[in-house]
Formats: sequence, C-alpha cells, structure tokens
Amino acid sequence: MSVKTIAGKEVNVSEEGYLEDMSQWNEEIANEIATEIGIELTDKHFEVINYLREKTAAKEALTIRKVGKSGIVDIKGLYKLFPKGPLKFSSKIAGIPKPTSCI
Amino acid sequence: METKEIETKTVKKEKKPLEKVCLICAKGSLEDVYASLVMANGAVMEGIETNVFFTFFGLEGITKKSMNHLHTATTGNPAMKMPGGIPFPTMLGGLPGVETAVSSMMRKQMEALDMPPVDEFLEMITAGGGTIYACKLAVDMFKLKKEDLSDEVKDIITIGEFYELCDGDRTQIIFT
Repeated sequence: MSVKTIAGKEVNVSEEGYLEDMSQWNEEIANEIATEIGIELTDKHFEVINYLREKTAAKEALTIRKVGKSGIVDIKGLYKLFPKGPLKFSSKIAGIPKPTSCI
Repeated sequence: METKEIETKTVKKEKKPLEKVCLICAKGSLEDVYASLVMANGAVMEGIETNVFFTFFGLEGITKKSMNHLHTATTGNPAMKMPGGIPFPTMLGGLPGVETAVSSMMRKQMEALDMPPVDEFLEMITAGGGTIYACKLAVDMFKLKKEDLSDEVKDIITIGEFYELCDGDRTQIIFT
C-alpha cells in the first residue's frame, strides 16, 4: 500500500494503482485515472462507474456479464467504453478494488 | 595491493505481456468446453487478441443443437464426487439418466457463479473482439454445415489457416 496524490488529493492505492478505500474517490480522481489509461470519460462511463460502486458497496461480486445485464450498457458497449479492460479499467476508474472475478 | 574494477551488471527486467492467445478446444464435455471458454473470455477481458478453434468433439460446444446441453462424464471420471464429497460410484454413473441429471446440476451450479450458458459465453467473447473458428476437417467428418453452428462462429478454416492466425512472437497456443 502506498499513498499517491491524484487530482490534488492524497489517496491510498495498491501496487497496481487501485484505490484501497472507495470513499476517498471523487469524479476528479476518476478523470485523472482515466486520462492515465487513455480514456475520456462521458456520462455513460459514469453511469457504469456508479453502478460498479453501488454493487461494490453492497458487497456483490462483479462480472462483465452482470454489467451487461444491468440495463446500462451491453457487453459490446462496455468494451467500447473501456477498451482492453472492461472490468479492470472500469474498476480502477471507479475507485474500487481490482476485480477478482474470472468472468 | 592491487585494485580491481568490478563490473556491475544491472539486468533490466522487461515485462513482455502476452499479445495473442490461440486456443484449441478438441473435447466436447462440459468441463472441456468451459475451460476453453473461460480462458478465451479471460484473455479478451485482459485486452489480449483471442482466437478459439473448435475441432473434433469440441464442435459440440459450438453446434446450436448441443451447445447448451453439454454433459460431464459420470463414468470413468475419478474426480467425480456426490454432494457431500463421497466418491461417485462408476456403476451408478452408468445408469440411464444419471449423466443427464448430474450435468444439469453442474450447469445450475455454474449459473449460480454467474457463468453463462455456452451460447451467451460465445457472444461475450465475440463482443469483446475474440474470434471463434470451426475446424474444416472435423466439420466435414461430422457432416455439419455452417448453419448448424453458432452464429458467433466466424468461419470454418483448415489447421493451416489457424496456424497463420497464430503469428507474432508474443503468441501462445493453448490446447485444452
């Protein structure tokens, strides 16, 4: 665990850069992490991000299948929003731990 | 006294992430097909270019009629356990209907873990940019046609064409 300053705020991050405490997250942090990955966030991105945060807060395991059935975006759309890392990148931007799911 | 200069060697470790995986699924039992699908989907989710080649009995996994009703073998499977962990008697596994019942139970348990049925799993893989192929020789052997196969199957190709898809020095071929 280390402390990193993202968007002017000190946050605890894991070795791979995932926020360790989701309550330290805000939208500016999301934007900065996204820029680092190379994604420009739109409202649709935030809909997905908020969904992920809600489910994580409720301690539900996340899979891309679940996101695909959330009614926000289908799986193809999810890949378009977060290319090459539909669950990994979206989780990182959402300030939640690295996904542990295989699906 | 003599002074020796010691050459310090610093070895830089460069990470070379996998760029492409080519999976071959040659067996048609529930666990064999799912092994390929989970690995393929996992690769797609990691941003790795993914090709899956279904051949021989593996074709069961992409044949419309059979793909959502795959079975697991209840005979000759020493790892098979009854609920509670008691070994599954092979004699029992041979009784009519047992394999069907056990297989449907397995599928239910997989669904509980959010593992999708085969048709949906194939869609998930192609949605992420993965590509599914069928082996020409096996398709001919089983007298199948393109329309018998899942719509997610891009093409029926020869093994030579499959190898052509496996180019690149960070490519792995995985046989399941």
